[in-house]
Amino acid sequence: MPPIITTGKTMRDKVLLAHGSGGKLAHEIVRNSFVSALDNPILNPLDDSAIISAKGRLAFTTDSYVVQPIFFPGGDIGRLAICGTVNDLSMVGAKPLYLSLSFIIEEGLLIKDLERVVASIKETAEESGVKIVTGDTKVVNRGSADRLFINTAGVGIIPPKVDISGHNAQPGDAVIINGTIGDHGIAVLSQREGLGFATKLESDCSPLNGLVAEMLEASNAMRCLRDPTRGGLASTLNELAEQSRVSIRIEEDRIPVREEVAGACEMLGLDPLHVANEGKLVAVVEAKDAEAVVARMKKNKYGRDAAIIGEVREEHPGRVVMKTRLGTSRIVDMLVGEPLPRIC
Amino acid sequence: MATVDDFRRSELVAGIVSSINRHATREARFMEFCGGHTVAILKNGIRQLLPPTIILTSGPGCPVCVTDNADLDKAIALAKLPDLILVSFGDMLRVPGSCSSLQEVRAAGNDVRIVYSPLDALELARTNPQKSVVFLAVGFETTAPGVAASVLQAKQEGLKNYYILSLHKLCPPITKVLLDSGEINLQGLICPGHVSAIIGSEPWQFIAGDYGIPCVVSGFEPLDILQCVDMLTQQVAREEAKVEIAYKRGVTPQGNQTAIKIMEQVFQPAPANWRGVGEVADSGLALRPEFKDFDAELNFDFDPGPTKTQKGCICGDILRGVKTPQECKLFRKVCTPVSPVGPCMVSSEGSCAAYYHYGEDNER
Repeated sequence: MPPIITTGKTMRDKVLLAHGSGGKLAHEIVRNSFVSALDNPILNPLDDSAIISAKGRLAFTTDSYVVQPIFFPGGDIGRLAICGTVNDLSMVGAKPLYLSLSFIIEEGLLIKDLERVVASIKETAEESGVKIVTGDTKVVNRGSADRLFINTAGVGIIPPKVDISGHNAQPGDAVIINGTIGDHGIAVLSQREGLGFATKLESDCSPLNGLVAEMLEASNAMRCLRDPTRGGLASTLNELAEQSRVSIRIEEDRIPVREEVAGACEMLGLDPLHVANEGKLVAVVEAKDAEAVVARMKKNKYGRDAAIIGEVREEHPGRVVMKTRLGTSRIVDMLVGEPLPRIC
Repeated sequence: MATVDDFRRSELVAGIVSSINRHATREARFMEFCGGHTVAILKNGIRQLLPPTIILTSGPGCPVCVTDNADLDKAIALAKLPDLILVSFGDMLRVPGSCSSLQEVRAAGNDVRIVYSPLDALELARTNPQKSVVFLAVGFETTAPGVAASVLQAKQEGLKNYYILSLHKLCPPITKVLLDSGEINLQGLICPGHVSAIIGSEPWQFIAGDYGIPCVVSGFEPLDILQCVDMLTQQVAREEAKVEIAYKRGVTPQGNQTAIKIMEQVFQPAPANWRGVGEVADSGLALRPEFKDFDAELNFDFDPGPTKTQKGCICGDILRGVKTPQECKLFRKVCTPVSPVGPCMVSSEGSCAAYYHYGEDNER
């Protein structure tokens, strides 16, 4: 990764409280660490607001990122902060365009760690074709934050005739997922102190706007899109069933789960259906288009393992039921609280 | 190496289910002792595969659930002491005690931490020499050897700030109490897999011998449980009562002798309080006198206050196998995983939580 600091500057190796003061050090960090990396004509003037032009229906969203640890296999808090907001925009069918980027930094964070995060932000923004057009930096006393928190907000434009919402699922529709579930949650958990299990598993953290654009080309009967992040697939399906007043029936053996994830979940007493994802989406699409959509998804690197995992039904609105591998069925409930490992 | 999927293969299921159907000619009630089994049975919809003559009843095998309010109050009182870190497995935090929970005590600013192993608690003691670290030792024979090892290690290192509050409980003695009560009529016992991995299958012999009840140790995969039910059903059909193992990859008749030795070196049998049952002699583990310096009860001055019970909660009856969660008036209405009244709704191995999440009580 190339160094972002340019020559002739007075950078320290750690973030100090003064970096957030609005004074000289603050300007230094903004110019050296942020603007030089995220360079674009809308950001560069550094006025109080970014000025953008847009035409059409705007989608607007925001999210904060507090993942711990900030670097994890397959990603980091920077990539997460871009993907999360890009994906939230994508889930209403919008083409993500502009993002804001705010840092809340605990004093003492290594500048090189901050730059590593910024480099990752740059790379992910480029990959997803969005521009960072405005930002802010605050530095707080040691102990007032956990190394680094990031907030991003984003706007995107929804193409004409696209109508995607969690309320749109209809009986008979097919339910699709774009790949293996639980990768992010288990990858992050494996890095936590005290959970001494090693895995080669990587987070699935990825921007899904390209994939969504292709899915919308493949079908004009896309009803719902949602990214099953915290709370996992189970919570997302329950939300959709609740919002659309339908039931959803999924089949266990159609849901892609990596062996490492299944194994770690067994060990920790977790259900892969409840484990977080950061590069997954659930799509509800009219059944006639389902095969075509999946075929198109499989050509995208973020949809290679796409599969139809179930269908929307009329009876028992709000309920999600899974046909197990044994041929029995059970209710799939939302996650309650933090999933905690079992003790016996 | 066998993977998780190997124990869930549907083609193998059909064969076992047809054997169960062939042998299940008379009504039989089997108790799954362990909460892990209750969860696996509900999560996999195993009852749907069984003939109506085979009834599965949940037992007392959830260590979080059987912890009495009086004991929980001790942990809560300890956590409120200054310069003390109370260390616990995660599930215990949300269990309501008489007036509070560890979660609430933590929110009030006391130092309560979650670990996944007693050795992590030991590490906290090493890195916080100015504080007392108390490990809330809840669990059956499965977790006791690990806790014993942590005490031995602390002694060897000369750690002066590591303590345990031993609330360990033993499975065979409580099973005897339940059978002697006459409240339940069992034709078979699904013996706990992880507990038996430590103690072996031998300690269950008295149930087959003295009570004439077939016993089969089971693993936790759907195929393990179905195989166990099949073996129990066959014993019932043959009018036999013996101890068998349907979990040979994890359990031997003699158990894990190393673990048993460590456990016996550090602990001795002691009376224990069981929720819904009360005090049962020799059903718990206390530190032996030579380890009294590590006993939190002996080394801290704390007042747990008067014990209260949750009104309307029937966790005690559920743990004795006398009632099911659906028979509780609070179930799903007042008591939910979000605002649990009793521990069986909190613990990931609790019967009420399992019935709530996987919905055996709903029509499909």
